[in-house]
Amino acid sequence: MKRLNKTFFAFLLAFLPFMAMAQIDGEFVKPRTGKFLLKNATVVTVTKGTLNNTSVLIENGKILEIGTSIAEAGTEVIDCTGLFIYPGMIDSGTRLGMVEVSSVAETVDYADLGSFTPNMQALTTVNPNSEAIPVTRVSGVTTVLTVPTGGLFPGTAALINLNGYTPDQMYAGFKAVVMNFPSSARRGRFDRRSDEDIKKDNEKALKEANDLWENAVSYNQMKKNGAELNYYPEMDQLSKVVSRELPLLIEVNAASDIQNAIKWVEGKNARVIFAGVAEGWRVADEIAKSGIPVLTGPVQELPTRQSDRYDIPYANAGKMAKAGVKLAIRTNEEENVRNLPFHAGFAAAYGLGKEEALKAVTINAAEIFGLADQLGSVEVGKVANLIVSTGDPFETRTQIMHVFISGYRIPLSNRHIRLYQEFLERSPGLNAN
Amino acid sequence: MKKQSYFLAALLGLSIQIATAQVKKGSVLIKNATVITATKGTLENSDLLVQDGIIKQIGKNLNAPSGVQTIDATGKFLMPGIIDAHSHVGLDVVNEATAPITSEVRMKDMVNPFEVGIYRALAGGVTVSHAMHGSANVIGGQNATLKHRWGSIDPQDIIMQDAPRTIKFALGENPTRVHGRGAGIQPRSRMGVEAVIRNGFNEALQYKKAWADYNAKASGKGNTTVAPEYDERLQTLVDILDGKIIIHCHSYRADEIYMLINVAKDFNITKLVFQHTNEGFKVAPEIAKYTMGASVFADWWAYKMEVYYSTAFNAAILTANGAITSINSDDAELIRHLYHEAAKTQRYGGMTDDQAIALITINPAKQLGIDDKVGSLEVGKQADMVIFDNHPLSVYAVPLMTFVDGVKYFDIKENADDQRLKISATEMVEPIFLSGEAHRCMQDTEFLFETTESLFNQKH
Repeated sequence: MKRLNKTFFAFLLAFLPFMAMAQIDGEFVKPRTGKFLLKNATVVTVTKGTLNNTSVLIENGKILEIGTSIAEAGTEVIDCTGLFIYPGMIDSGTRLGMVEVSSVAETVDYADLGSFTPNMQALTTVNPNSEAIPVTRVSGVTTVLTVPTGGLFPGTAALINLNGYTPDQMYAGFKAVVMNFPSSARRGRFDRRSDEDIKKDNEKALKEANDLWENAVSYNQMKKNGAELNYYPEMDQLSKVVSRELPLLIEVNAASDIQNAIKWVEGKNARVIFAGVAEGWRVADEIAKSGIPVLTGPVQELPTRQSDRYDIPYANAGKMAKAGVKLAIRTNEEENVRNLPFHAGFAAAYGLGKEEALKAVTINAAEIFGLADQLGSVEVGKVANLIVSTGDPFETRTQIMHVFISGYRIPLSNRHIRLYQEFLERSPGLNAN
Repeated sequence: MKKQSYFLAALLGLSIQIATAQVKKGSVLIKNATVITATKGTLENSDLLVQDGIIKQIGKNLNAPSGVQTIDATGKFLMPGIIDAHSHVGLDVVNEATAPITSEVRMKDMVNPFEVGIYRALAGGVTVSHAMHGSANVIGGQNATLKHRWGSIDPQDIIMQDAPRTIKFALGENPTRVHGRGAGIQPRSRMGVEAVIRNGFNEALQYKKAWADYNAKASGKGNTTVAPEYDERLQTLVDILDGKIIIHCHSYRADEIYMLINVAKDFNITKLVFQHTNEGFKVAPEIAKYTMGASVFADWWAYKMEVYYSTAFNAAILTANGAITSINSDDAELIRHLYHEAAKTQRYGGMTDDQAIALITINPAKQLGIDDKVGSLEVGKQADMVIFDNHPLSVYAVPLMTFVDGVKYFDIKENADDQRLKISATEMVEPIFLSGEAHRCMQDTEFLFETTESLFNQKH
């Protein structure tokens, strides 16, 4: 009897995998790596012109070769005749991966308590399996800066590629401490503070920032001198800005705040980047003179003042670029980062021009992040973040045909697409049961 | 005595002015445009003649009658004025969030012709917007359909007086949050939402019967029956049941959409449009058969739980199933580029140019009951139209001129940067707003919640 039992269980155990398989329909398409030859495309390199009838070879996550006569042997050939290859687009400011459903507090992880929390790490909190990630990358956005928000120093932003199962696999090589520069603007319609209160709050926050910076300078000096320091992770993180180990990403939007921020960073010898810069067009020459690069956007946004010309948010990037500001474009989005090409398209139409707009979501971003040797263009040796499209990726009707991230071929599927496949011709339809 | 007569004369003058005041109607000839009619295809190198606000002729080699201005639109695109079936632009107040049913309130009492958002919408080619009550109540207020006659200072002049009555309904998270969670009264769940609607309509039927009974008796001789108390709230519900008002219902999930379709069937209501309708694609065959369709976002999702299971292919699926579909803004920013929002259906679902254009012209016109007047470029219709430099579905399209009733209200070359009609006398420093201006679906419910800021950072 006992023996029979054993045999029976052994039998059951042996068949268990088959039984499990029998209950699952269909096959899940995973991202996969390999040696891919993207054959016969128009390659828009961004940095080295546009190459016709050209092929791109990808292996080990890198662009191995670009040419017209690359050997096919041992490669998986993807015919790109009539199609275009662009570098994957980079969104220079999002909350992607740090929030799942905005109104459900339990899923919102981009802001913590307190005004001085630069040690909060965006990279740690990124959910590699967020539904929004596959929704984003099929649009051709392959890399995003994901940025914490909240207090004066809310945390540390991180650049991620949109493929991988752990944040470390996604990390693209850039971090920056975020600062929300004390603002003279209103946060919104609900913000009913008097002009005087706004001024007071502004001065108080600026004093706090100055005090913290002074402490960080001292902290850094003591660290350098080998002093034994108390555990103070917040100050330790800010001191890395003082020592130039990490850049300082300053969110600043109102014109007078931008001017104050330019003054504030003078003499601090920090690696400074401005973000937002909604009213940059008002002080474009001053920003250009400061040499501080800018991550601007969203482009599709309302003017900050009632008296402003209706199209000024569309034109802002173009006006700053014309003044000589180095800039990249961001959506400042979470679930709709996929709209980055459209923000860039609007900026192009309202003065930035198509070429500069393309740079603003590729090579400019890479340069500002200090990653121009790895990202932002189609060049041999760079990370294989590529998109294959039917045309201009900013144009709304254009279809993205293939996406490669770090050399992985990305399945062009996500929940939005699966729901389309299931419900386009629903069965049962109206009357059948 | 003399003073008095001056006063009387002035009064007389004023009353004559009021009596004769009417909206401006323009005449114009647009030459050599690519004319996107929205209902009858696209006509290359064609002319369009407007006289007294009405489209008189569309064809080639038309001549301007004397005194009519000609605009050369060679290489440009002319399309019908864009219609937004869901907006809160031009409203001072959005929600009367004090009861689950507030059918007696009217947005036309709240119209603010000074709101610069109206001009910004015009600059995006939008000539008509459906200024709606918010989504706090199951049965909210009656909406106003606006024509963007920027510069008018009388609210009456921007209301489209010949549009039918419409009313706002709302299902799901917003009414259950405001009333159930906020005020501790039904509805707290989607079950409660259905009950509120059914109870309301049944009460309205009783009210209607009470008046019918009274009216039958009142005509009798020597009748002394006392009339029932007049109730604007119930009378409005009766008007819905009598087919005099189109319901526009804020909704997201397929279950609640299906619920309201069944309620409508039970009460013989056919004038029903769903708004937002993020999961409309799941019940597209039912929406197509039993309702006036759905007005949806191009790609908004995940901003709250009930829109987590959305798809940007919603409009394409609804259209393929035969539902009348429109793309709306519900947002002071999005309203500025609805032509671009419509174009997104080409990326998500491969809709044709004609289908995509219909989403922001003739289809929303049908849903607002004004498709006999606007929504396409056809002879006899009101001359609401917009000229683009590029095809309007291109991401690079820039609106150049916008006309309402043949009058040009927006011209990218002529208009001043500062378009404010009114500046607050107490304002010392012009405020700078960085966010929170655009989304107003839940405006005026802040008193119910402690953290108004988080409420406003939330969309819809």
